[in-house]
Amino acid sequence: MDVINGLAHGFGVALMPVNLMWCFVGCFLGTIVGILPGLGPAATIAMLMPLTYGMGPASGIIMLAGIYYGAKYGGSTTSILLNMPGESSSVVTCLDGYQMARRGRAGAALGIAAIASFIAGSFGIFALTLVAPPIAAFALSFSSPEYFALMFLGLALVVLLSGDSLIKGLIALLIGLWLTSIGTDLFTTQSRFTFGQSSLLGGVDFMIVAIGVFAIAEVLSSIKAGEETQVLPVPKGLRNLLPSMAELKACRFAFANGSITGFIIGVLPGAGSSIASFISYGIEKAVSKHPEKFGTGIPEGVAAPEGANNADTGGALVPLLTLGIPGGGTTAILLSALVLWGVKPGPLMMQDSPDVFWGLVASLYIGNVMLLVLNLPMVPLFAQILRIPVYILHPLIFGISIIGAYSVSSNLFDIGLLAGFGLLGYVMSVLKYPVSPLILGFVLGDAMERALRQSLMMSQGELSILVSRPISAAMLVIAVLILLSPLLPRFRKLRRDAIAEEG
Amino acid sequence: MRKYLIRDGDVISGAAIAALGVYIISVAAKWDYMSIEGPGPGFFPIWYGIAMVVLSLALIGSKYLKPAVAVEREPIDWPGFSRAFATWLGFVVCAALLKPLGFTISFALLCFFLVAYVFRRPLRVALITAVVSSIAFYLVFSVALNVSLPTGLVGF
Repeated sequence: MDVINGLAHGFGVALMPVNLMWCFVGCFLGTIVGILPGLGPAATIAMLMPLTYGMGPASGIIMLAGIYYGAKYGGSTTSILLNMPGESSSVVTCLDGYQMARRGRAGAALGIAAIASFIAGSFGIFALTLVAPPIAAFALSFSSPEYFALMFLGLALVVLLSGDSLIKGLIALLIGLWLTSIGTDLFTTQSRFTFGQSSLLGGVDFMIVAIGVFAIAEVLSSIKAGEETQVLPVPKGLRNLLPSMAELKACRFAFANGSITGFIIGVLPGAGSSIASFISYGIEKAVSKHPEKFGTGIPEGVAAPEGANNADTGGALVPLLTLGIPGGGTTAILLSALVLWGVKPGPLMMQDSPDVFWGLVASLYIGNVMLLVLNLPMVPLFAQILRIPVYILHPLIFGISIIGAYSVSSNLFDIGLLAGFGLLGYVMSVLKYPVSPLILGFVLGDAMERALRQSLMMSQGELSILVSRPISAAMLVIAVLILLSPLLPRFRKLRRDAIAEEG
Repeated sequence: MRKYLIRDGDVISGAAIAALGVYIISVAAKWDYMSIEGPGPGFFPIWYGIAMVVLSLALIGSKYLKPAVAVEREPIDWPGFSRAFATWLGFVVCAALLKPLGFTISFALLCFFLVAYVFRRPLRVALITAVVSSIAFYLVFSVALNVSLPTGLVGF
């Protein structure tokens, strides 16, 4: 199926009334989640995923993906009105967005954020449409050693997810590998780390880990912080939300910069939309005729990062859908959702599940339009969500988490595990251990172990099989170089600067 | 020896991770490392267990090897921690009550506890929030969406 036919087939799926409805629900929920500080798309998708078991895989992934990219649209609202990012990817938007709002240009800032998100998001999806098929075709030649090398490469990129301590990132990754080993070894039926609990023989379900370390831990962290919020007023009426022609003209390069930078960074597993928005902001500032004005409330300072964090979505779906490698925590959850529905993301996904692959891609185009329509006129309404008292919001998150965890296998033991993982996620956040590497380790660990053992079976125990095949050897060399990169003083400085700016 | 180091979160967590690594290695050592068909169930855990021990010792070592400089530490927010811990304990108690009381009652109790004790709202507000939200959950998930919720001795 070529790209045009595939896309036409995808629109046939995505335009079905039921899928349009789920796309809207996802985008709407995503926008709300993006607006609410302390509740991220990863936690929301994790909580709601068990409720999608009854849907078809195409409808389910269309809705969950809607939450993923809808949250990026919504994240800018809190950055601009509260100087507090709703999502980590909207941190940079605070710099100029909040300053614009303070000068009475909140409407224009929100409008520019929505338009940049739409343009760059559409570019990212278009690039995904073009790039995914050739990558998937290339990956068809992969066997177990190449898959092992690919997973190892994905895990090596943990150096970019590790916050300010690489050691802590690697430790979190190893904890993820350990958690995924719990249960029965499928090669030998040996039970591993089950502590005599029959409930653990089938392993720990990914959803329990994800809901615990994201949703429960986020609630505990925000209850500890106990912050009160002060929202700047949003002008009413669509006219007041539209930026002036001069502002749009000033953003021309920023739209292009955000689109291209965001997509390229998004393709790299581990990089993520926060890095994409920082880099595009840096590029925008570097090429600007008036770099000294950045941070004082100029529209380019909103357009570039907002564009980048939305174009990143299309990029992040490239490795996920064509290679089965998630680039971060949220895409890891989307991967596990696909697997639960019996869809195997990877080079064969386009052939084996065209409804899901092309339906998802087409729904991204539709969702992007929905989000633009939702976000421009309804921003004042969405801003009211910020006034929901936390004493109502937090118990609701607990309720949805309990229901989500219980829905996995109707086993109360899972709720106990959920409490344990919630505490683990909270302790990790207090001690500044990043959670994303744990999730990546958990998602990739099992498949990586399987690929390694299959490779060594093929070679009768000879490790040389991993380096004697050119693609596998190349990926392992790149992975080792990435792992060694923190030893380079220049890389260390770049990483420290990015983290300092983010903090 | 700098005594304050023993209280440092990195040292304590490093020691805990090292202990976990040793546990993983000791348990995995009892399983086949390599068999005729290839690597056994112990192969992978032994290697990540070793990596865990090495990295956690590196984390602890990095604390001791860093030159001693006067660093201003943020004061520990004990009230914040106790709020978070009380919330977690409330959740654990709710989880334990799910079997005898079911979701609707356990969740109402959790809501009441959170609103009244953690968020310090008036008892009337806590009671209304608890009752309304647990009924709303029951109606939305159990009745409208037909999602199975834990049921207790009272049947809901």
